[in-house]
Amino acid sequence: MRLRDIPISAWIGIVGIALAFICALFAPLLAPHGESEIVAGVWEPMGDAYLLGTDNLGRDLLSRVIYGARTTLFVALAATVISFSLGIILSFTAAVSRGLIDMGLSRFNDLMMSIPTLIFALVVLAVLPQNLFVLILVMAILDSTRVYRLGRAVALDVAVMEFVEAARLRGEGRLWIIFREILPNTLSPLLAEFGLRFAFSILFLSTLSFLGLGIQPPAADWGGMVKDNKDGIIFGIPAALIPGGAIAALAICVNLVVDWLLKRTSSLKGGRGDA
Amino acid sequence: MPELLSIRNLKIEATSYPPGEPPKRVTIVDGVSLDLKKGKVLGLIGESGAGKSTIGLSALAYGRGGAEITAGEVLLDGKDILKLGRGGIRTVRGARVCYVAQSAAAAFNPAHRLGDQVIEACLQHGLMSKEEARQRALYLFRVLGLPNPETFGDRYPHQVSGGQLQRAMTAMALCPNPSLIVFDEPTTALDVTTQIDVLAAIKHAIEETHTAALYITHDLAVVAQISDDIMVLRHGKTVEYGTAQQIIEEPRQDYTRALVNVRQSGKEEAQDQSGTLLKVDNITAGYPNGFRVLHDVSLHLPKGQTLAVVGESGSGKSTLARVITGLLPPLSGSISFDGKPLTPTLSGRSRDELRRIQLIYQMADTAMNPRQTVRDIIGRPLTFYYGLRGAAKTARVKELLEQIEMGAGFADRYPAELSGGQKQRVAIARALAAKPELILCDEPTSALDPLVAEGILKLLMRLQAESQLSYIFITHDIAIVRAIADSVAVMHRGKLVRFGPKRVALSPPFDDYTDLLLKSVPEMEIGWLEKALASRRMASAGN
Amino acid sequence: MAITSEPSGAPPRRWRERFPLLALILQRLGLSALLLLAVSVLIFAGVEALPGDFATTYLGQSATPQAVANIRSELGLDRPVTTRYFEWLGNALQGDFGTSWASRNSVSEQIGNRLGNSLFLAFFAALISVPLAILLGLLAVHYRNRLPDKIINVISLAAISLPEFFIGYLLILYFAVNFGIATFPATVFEGMGFVERLKAIALPTATLVLVVLAHMMRMTRAAILSVMSSAYMETAELKGLGAFRAIVKHAAPNAIAPIVNVVALNLAYLVVGVVVVEVVFVYPGMGQYMVDAVTVRDMPVVQACGLIFAAIYILLNMAADILAIVANPRLRHPR
Repeated sequence: MRLRDIPISAWIGIVGIALAFICALFAPLLAPHGESEIVAGVWEPMGDAYLLGTDNLGRDLLSRVIYGARTTLFVALAATVISFSLGIILSFTAAVSRGLIDMGLSRFNDLMMSIPTLIFALVVLAVLPQNLFVLILVMAILDSTRVYRLGRAVALDVAVMEFVEAARLRGEGRLWIIFREILPNTLSPLLAEFGLRFAFSILFLSTLSFLGLGIQPPAADWGGMVKDNKDGIIFGIPAALIPGGAIAALAICVNLVVDWLLKRTSSLKGGRGDA
Repeated sequence: MPELLSIRNLKIEATSYPPGEPPKRVTIVDGVSLDLKKGKVLGLIGESGAGKSTIGLSALAYGRGGAEITAGEVLLDGKDILKLGRGGIRTVRGARVCYVAQSAAAAFNPAHRLGDQVIEACLQHGLMSKEEARQRALYLFRVLGLPNPETFGDRYPHQVSGGQLQRAMTAMALCPNPSLIVFDEPTTALDVTTQIDVLAAIKHAIEETHTAALYITHDLAVVAQISDDIMVLRHGKTVEYGTAQQIIEEPRQDYTRALVNVRQSGKEEAQDQSGTLLKVDNITAGYPNGFRVLHDVSLHLPKGQTLAVVGESGSGKSTLARVITGLLPPLSGSISFDGKPLTPTLSGRSRDELRRIQLIYQMADTAMNPRQTVRDIIGRPLTFYYGLRGAAKTARVKELLEQIEMGAGFADRYPAELSGGQKQRVAIARALAAKPELILCDEPTSALDPLVAEGILKLLMRLQAESQLSYIFITHDIAIVRAIADSVAVMHRGKLVRFGPKRVALSPPFDDYTDLLLKSVPEMEIGWLEKALASRRMASAGN
Repeated sequence: MAITSEPSGAPPRRWRERFPLLALILQRLGLSALLLLAVSVLIFAGVEALPGDFATTYLGQSATPQAVANIRSELGLDRPVTTRYFEWLGNALQGDFGTSWASRNSVSEQIGNRLGNSLFLAFFAALISVPLAILLGLLAVHYRNRLPDKIINVISLAAISLPEFFIGYLLILYFAVNFGIATFPATVFEGMGFVERLKAIALPTATLVLVVLAHMMRMTRAAILSVMSSAYMETAELKGLGAFRAIVKHAAPNAIAPIVNVVALNLAYLVVGVVVVEVVFVYPGMGQYMVDAVTVRDMPVVQACGLIFAAIYILLNMAADILAIVANPRLRHPR
């Protein structure tokens, strides 16, 4: 694969994601003010002093957006990595073992998926203590059901191919079959799915924070910032839309990359037809 | 008599999108011309990619999958249909020219009854009233020998068999009384014993209705039965064009001669029947839901010889291979290999047991991991069974590549970069790498073009002579059996109906099924179909 | 959501083969009932997992042992879990969800009104988004790989990335604040006129439509494309049928099932989408009620809302499955 084969849309996405990660990594260097430092009056308009204005408590909005990238990206990424590992390990185990293990895992997964994610999260978060660790875990476990379903489908698709049968006939062990025969052939769709889950995690985390159930103040996170500043909207103050826009922009960037990955996957498959 | 269809200097191009490369124009058909008179049949023959279907569809001014007719004329009754425009061509399609697709199962709409689909074109073009169309469909169902013609049209596509669907598709094409029908490999997807019936039905229907036809196939023996003229195509160009008689009996081009003579020679069967390598005793096998696929099958195979297992789809021949490999443990019966009993399950077999029996699949495409290079594919058994690494492994891979008549330069290629024949050769090399004593070949040539298949068969024969290999060769093709087998097993509906040395097994007196099977295989001879049908009628009259 | 499952307590084989359609539908119905039961257990058990004791949390600083014991017996927390579960389920089935811990009001009364409001909102969002999504999907297919398709693709890709609250506040800022042509907050009350009500839900409906439209349109496009690329569509064209006739007669009967499936799936999504939209627009529906209850840990309300949302979601998914079964000619006309 060469760089020039990457379409412009995917480049936009890659640049956007990189920008968000740079903000997250170097927040203290990039942000003009502190995370929860009150620097001016409430809801100052955009201007030279405060590029994006100030928020409902008089904190610099730009600084908070930069710091917010930290929390938002960290939590979303952590949740995605956990959900992905969990989902893939369980789904591949199910696909290769078949039989009772597969049945049990898949039925339980169906049950978990039959409750809408947000509703499930609301019920669980109403019960559990509110801290970062619980939040990440709840997001990860709920999301891993989606990863499981895709992972199992993809792995089964490959597991029934004759080259896997050929490896079994040769006498290869289960680990070889999973890592050498199946995994290399599922990387592309799995990578796309990782992006999709990441985008979803960003949106989901923001939604929870917006509802007051995600990251707790005073830590800055984009969804929570929307909640903090939403009352300004009626007075025509767009402060809430800035973190909202950041969420949207990041999610769009991730989806642009995913779209490209998915198209690449289907064009790789294209030649094989229905045989 | 004026020509019904005249194609002049046809050129068809398409844009292909190879991954990672800029799109490029490819020429599918290049400067082909042909003529067809009313009521005559022209056979178009060639291997895959020869452009024969594309030419057929040009008679309907249709380009499939982005193919575009870029030059030439398609004259129907002297008028160029390429110049008709969108509305004009619609009056031709389905009225004056009709199309019969290879897969009738996909070409019928699953949501509508067969009868409604058969008469749809007649009504669309206002050719007859609904009642007249129904009567004509009924007549055609009868001509084509469909069961219960009165109620056949009330069925849905999924409710009838493949052979019946193909005949229904022919009825659909004949219904509007077109002057030309394009048959696109109408019998390729069918079993031989079904193929002969459909072929006879199509031929009879063409004669009855005096329609002209373009008959597209890759099987010269089939086209010889039905065509007045034959055009041989290769890479989008005409190789040879003449009467059926001339093409079959006096082919002028080397390529045509090769096609006509393919698998004409038979192997002398081995006389020595001693030293049994594999013995299968009373095997019954099936699936956990109680569905039995094999019933009480017993056979044996001497060392260094070839046993051909023949049967149609559903006969259980592939299941037999799965039982021998251990993929499907039998419900009862036993298998012994080299005098010792073979563990029935795959997981119970030792590495050495596994090494000694290797399998070659029909589709080399799916039998090789697309993410591994040829070196990895061939090299893995070397490491796995013999612990070869580094230079020793490289040297052995090179040796194996030479054995399958491919150079060491192929070692770093991926399967996607190989042709169909090369892929199958690599699959053979992978099997050889294990130094097996028995190779199970599951229709290894049936997805390949005839000349490529011929090459693979010759390679297998050479390897057998060189290293005393034994083969179980699963096939549906009697010609292959004649060419390579020492002994023959005929399977039908899960039972072994005939087993013995080739000379005995393929000579009368036959059991009913073997007789039917042998008589159904088209031969490279004009008039074979009539003879075969006549002998069938005699047989049934004698009963 | 495709729920595939081995039938439990399967009726005799022959019966199933003769009426595969009926058998499959019954199987789906049974499965959904089973699923609902399991979900109710899950939701109930969730509350039992409450760390510490609710009574302690509830009373906060003033938790004397006597007060805690009183609260516990008042809320019935001192009886065995299984008894409480069956009591809760039995009452829930009769429409009684107990008393709110926070307000001491009947949960059912509160929900009765709010559920109506939520469904009213979701209904109008569906009324607009379903035809629009199908129309856009058809347009995208018609102009496949050409400019209009690409534009629709890019916009819909962006749209599925937008959080509901972002769209909501954007609409409020422009249409309610800047232009003043819509109302915010979206207050509805009993005895409000129908037209007034419609005006009040204009913005939340628009938000929901935008949220669900892109998903539905993309899935519709994919469903239609897969039908249009079938061999039988080529047959229709080679019979001389015009494009319109081929679509109406040959594509439509086969495309309806997948499209209906897409619609049902997205309606389920819509029902969940109301939660956020209601909070944004301060709309007195189930979603807002539930979110408020979660913040104060008012468990009877959370349980009731959770169960009702899950039930609606499961039923819509079941409807999607059953419609797909009914539309399959192989099952409708067995051999």
